[in-house]
Amino acid sequence: MGPLIPNEIIPAEWNSIFALVIGIAFGYILESSGFSSSRKLAGVFYGYDFAVLKVFFTAALVSSIGILYMDYMGYLDLGALYVHPTYLKGALIGGGIMGLGFITGGFCPGTSICAAAIGKIDALVYVGGILIGIFLFSELFSRFEPLYDGGFMGYITIMDAFEISPYVFVFAFTLLAVLSFVIADIVRKRVKKVVY
Amino acid sequence: MAQKEEKRMRVYWNPYFGGFLLGILIIFTFYITGRGLGATGGLKSGVVAIVDKADTEHAHENAYYSKFLNDEESPLNNWLVFETLGIILGAFLSGGLNGRLGFKVQHSPKITVKRRLIFALIGGLLFGLGAQIARGCTSGAALSGIAVLSVGGFITMLAIFGSAFLFAYFFRKNWI
Repeated sequence: MGPLIPNEIIPAEWNSIFALVIGIAFGYILESSGFSSSRKLAGVFYGYDFAVLKVFFTAALVSSIGILYMDYMGYLDLGALYVHPTYLKGALIGGGIMGLGFITGGFCPGTSICAAAIGKIDALVYVGGILIGIFLFSELFSRFEPLYDGGFMGYITIMDAFEISPYVFVFAFTLLAVLSFVIADIVRKRVKKVVY
Repeated sequence: MAQKEEKRMRVYWNPYFGGFLLGILIIFTFYITGRGLGATGGLKSGVVAIVDKADTEHAHENAYYSKFLNDEESPLNNWLVFETLGIILGAFLSGGLNGRLGFKVQHSPKITVKRRLIFALIGGLLFGLGAQIARGCTSGAALSGIAVLSVGGFITMLAIFGSAFLFAYFFRKNWI
């Protein structure tokens, strides 16, 4: 029954090896999907390339459905998995700042690393920027602390917050995603083509 | 000449296929480790390690760095650092096998290289800072959070994309 390492079915020493292999797969998938291109990534915000929407939503759905299925079948204990904590202020404001960073630089951290790995100098500069941003945050932490710790609501899931069945929620999420894919294709056909 | 170019530059994967594989990878990651993916954590560890090396006292006194420091092992000895190294390798492999390796600054022909690099630096800075506040980025908070239906994951995703859409108009000259 998973998760295998926390349940000591696989020894903890393997964790770093899995991390490396998983990372390799992650980098490979992102790069092959074209996410080493900032102009491709920015496309979703201007309607000329919806790869970001399609990859992100498909991955979100496949992973949430897959995990729910494995939990249902008894292969994986959903309750033992790490749930990203909900800090309302941090999520909204941090997310907002990240969004600005995204449209400014044309990358998010994972994609910038991929692009840097294939030689894109703007990506290397972007990664440098990330390091500076982390440094600035850390040095000025006392000022950011209330924002960082604000609005903590726990390690809550949608089911905890809204008393909704996860299956119903994911079903609705799936419908919404498919609808967005259809709309994306309609929009892309009507937007002026961008060559990159 | 055109044929040679065609052979070198292969086409990107269908996004649904890429997304599907990514989803499977996330399931696998949770199944093995109990946690999801990340992309910023490894970089954060890098910063912590550098500051700790440069000025250990300062690092230990600082309320943020000290969260990630313990006297038993290097801050670089963590899952996300190994994963990040993997990302670099994996992307290099994919780029290499598909003829996409090469040093260049990718930018819209309507703007200069200098402008692109300035915006890249600022963009990275903002993202790095925002990711600390939100305790994760698109991979760690949004994608991995949503995989287990975390409320924080959804909020972060909406905030990132909502904000980017909101500001898109003002940055259009850089992209289209």
